[in-house]
Amino acid sequence: MTHGFRGGVHPAGGKELTSGCAVKPLPAPELVTIPVSMHVGAPCAPLVAVGDRVCMGQVIADTDAPLSAPIHSSVSGTVRKIEPMLHPNGTHVMTIVIENDGLDTPADTIKPHAEEVAADPAKLVDIMHDAGIVGAGGAAFPAFFKLQGAMGKADTVIINASECEPFITCDHRLLLEDGEHVVAGAKLLRDALGLDKVYIGTEANKKDAIKRLREIIAGDPGVELKVFRTRYPQGAEKQLIRAVTGREVPPGGLPADVGCAVFNAYTAWGVWRAVEQGVPAIDRIVTVSGPGVKEPGNFRIRVGTPVRALLDAAGGVRDGYFKVVMGGPMMGSAVFDIDVPVLKATGSVLALGDAPSAKNPTCIRCGRCVGVCPMHLSPLYLYMYERKSDLDMLTKLNVRDCMECGSCAYICPGRLPLVQSIRSAKQKLNAAGRK
Amino acid sequence: MDETKLRVTSSPHLRAPDDTRSIMLDVVIALIPALIAGCYMFGFRALLLTLISVAACVVFEFLYCRIMKKDSPVGDLSAVVTGMLLAFTLPATAPWWIPVVGAFFAIVIVKQLFGGLGKNFVNPALAGRAFLFSWPVLMTTWMAPQSYEGFFNIGADAVTSATPLASLHVSAIPESIDLLSAFFGRTGGCIGEISAVALLLGGIYLLIRKVISLRIPLAFILTVAVLTFIFPRGNERLTWTAWNLCSGGLMLGAIFMATDYTTSPVGSVAQVVFGIGCGLITVFIRYFGSYVEGVSYAILVMNVCAWLLDKAFRGRRFGVTREYRRKLKAEAGKEAK
Repeated sequence: MTHGFRGGVHPAGGKELTSGCAVKPLPAPELVTIPVSMHVGAPCAPLVAVGDRVCMGQVIADTDAPLSAPIHSSVSGTVRKIEPMLHPNGTHVMTIVIENDGLDTPADTIKPHAEEVAADPAKLVDIMHDAGIVGAGGAAFPAFFKLQGAMGKADTVIINASECEPFITCDHRLLLEDGEHVVAGAKLLRDALGLDKVYIGTEANKKDAIKRLREIIAGDPGVELKVFRTRYPQGAEKQLIRAVTGREVPPGGLPADVGCAVFNAYTAWGVWRAVEQGVPAIDRIVTVSGPGVKEPGNFRIRVGTPVRALLDAAGGVRDGYFKVVMGGPMMGSAVFDIDVPVLKATGSVLALGDAPSAKNPTCIRCGRCVGVCPMHLSPLYLYMYERKSDLDMLTKLNVRDCMECGSCAYICPGRLPLVQSIRSAKQKLNAAGRK
Repeated sequence: MDETKLRVTSSPHLRAPDDTRSIMLDVVIALIPALIAGCYMFGFRALLLTLISVAACVVFEFLYCRIMKKDSPVGDLSAVVTGMLLAFTLPATAPWWIPVVGAFFAIVIVKQLFGGLGKNFVNPALAGRAFLFSWPVLMTTWMAPQSYEGFFNIGADAVTSATPLASLHVSAIPESIDLLSAFFGRTGGCIGEISAVALLLGGIYLLIRKVISLRIPLAFILTVAVLTFIFPRGNERLTWTAWNLCSGGLMLGAIFMATDYTTSPVGSVAQVVFGIGCGLITVFIRYFGSYVEGVSYAILVMNVCAWLLDKAFRGRRFGVTREYRRKLKAEAGKEAK
């Protein structure tokens, strides 16, 4: 068993806090706040007005822009507000606030598509678009766009069930509790691309889920499970492709350039549900965990539920913890306000304490950052040239290749803010109009 | 939770437990077997010189930072490591002020004047030692192992002896002692360099703790081994190689000095080249130099090349595989047509 890519780190798990916690449905809140942008690409425009009644699963915001994903109401009820509100990313984004009537009246657009897809597997693109499915691993890239782009180009399709970030177990629980339908979704994606086989890539630390998956796919030559050594960032797209196929996505390239398409496990599950039941992306499983949470667990929640409700569901936050992170501890972002909503691609909400820091961060040139960088970069030099604003050297050292996985800053004994400085380097290049 | 105190920082939100201080502490721990060996062979004086050296390094660092109104970095233990390494390169007969002068040069001139921890371009301890060769006789008066009378006897009348290196320098296998004794450290030499076993023990500890990697020490030692094996200067090859490996400062240099983070390259290929360079220069000096030992100068020379090596031997960019290069070439060819 290998981890199939160079570098990476192994932060002490934190997964044991919730890996045994079955997914509990959390009742939808009285108010859901749904921003019109939950994805990479163009934001949507609201299609409803204040006072309108909406059904669960009804499209409430959409756009004609090619790279985008429609937004659905996650409850039935009445639109109360449409105004810019704080988005988890720290900016203000047009947001639709819906008062839940508690009835969950489904929209009449919700209907199964299984027959259509059986007749023409490529129909899946439209179904995925209409269901507003975005990459559930965190990047929130519109999944239909990925599928469309891979058609005719991809010879390998991979389901990413690595879940390599510490603490997060939502995909683990999904595989364990409803692996059949993840596999069913994987097969739909495989068939849409006209391929014979779909790979499911996962890390060795999810033993029970692996066992369950093996049972599900036993004797099926069309699905292959690949188990890799537990190593962050195994679930990064380029690293997973490297591990499964041995191919490397070229600099600045996309998985399709090496004939690959990668979808997250929850995305595959969402695809299955959109086809089988017609239900769009209105909910998701979120791990609420971290040392600061009293009763960590996994919850199935509606999109638009405030982070506050999740923290409350997990017994609240202990004293002395003052950082709330959406997403994993390595790449997630800390929020300014716990009333921001959970989005389509939010896999976890964590309450953390301060990471160890240094008063005078000092590089001792230990080279650990170079050793762990899965993109073969030299973060210490990037840090140095960023401080000097040496754009030529930053370009020469391929600063743009950095995916900000955080391995370098995690391992740095001098506690240098490496990721922060690399982000700043990219901004400097952007400001100077450099590629 | 007090919501008004939500803290927002850049990711990642986790940090590995190892920090600069814990790494330096690991190095100190790894040096202890060699210190014990030195004290066993040369008595209390070896310990005293080490303590003076460590104290001088720490005090100079503290004073410099106090005078320059910088935050005191003494807590990171890097000065302790420098102090121990400096003492390890001294003969046990050296007068007390030798490590003090060396510490001043190492800490103030080499380390702090260039910006402090992580900024010096040569190894402070080795530069200190090189400076101390302004007193060549004091630096090369060797004491015979266990020639002290009573552990605490500061041994002014200790028996002086030649080191195996002196014999190697005239192309002869040392005759006064056998190889095994030399391997365990029953030989003349600097305080910390004599026992290959103790140094290797420390090295293994550092490897297990992942403080160092094998690349530099192995490349260094293997280069010396290969070269001495190919050019045995009229001696029996294996014996000659073995003597060269366990004599002088090779183990101390390869395991603890050449692996100094600040003054060695960070890239893995560059590290191997760095190690090979150290080995080449060591053998060159031992064979052709007028001074018997080449390890410290070899490392100092390679130190100044560290950044250059990092530039010259950058790793392969992710995604630039052989196929990708071929494809680019083919495309360029098409355009040219």
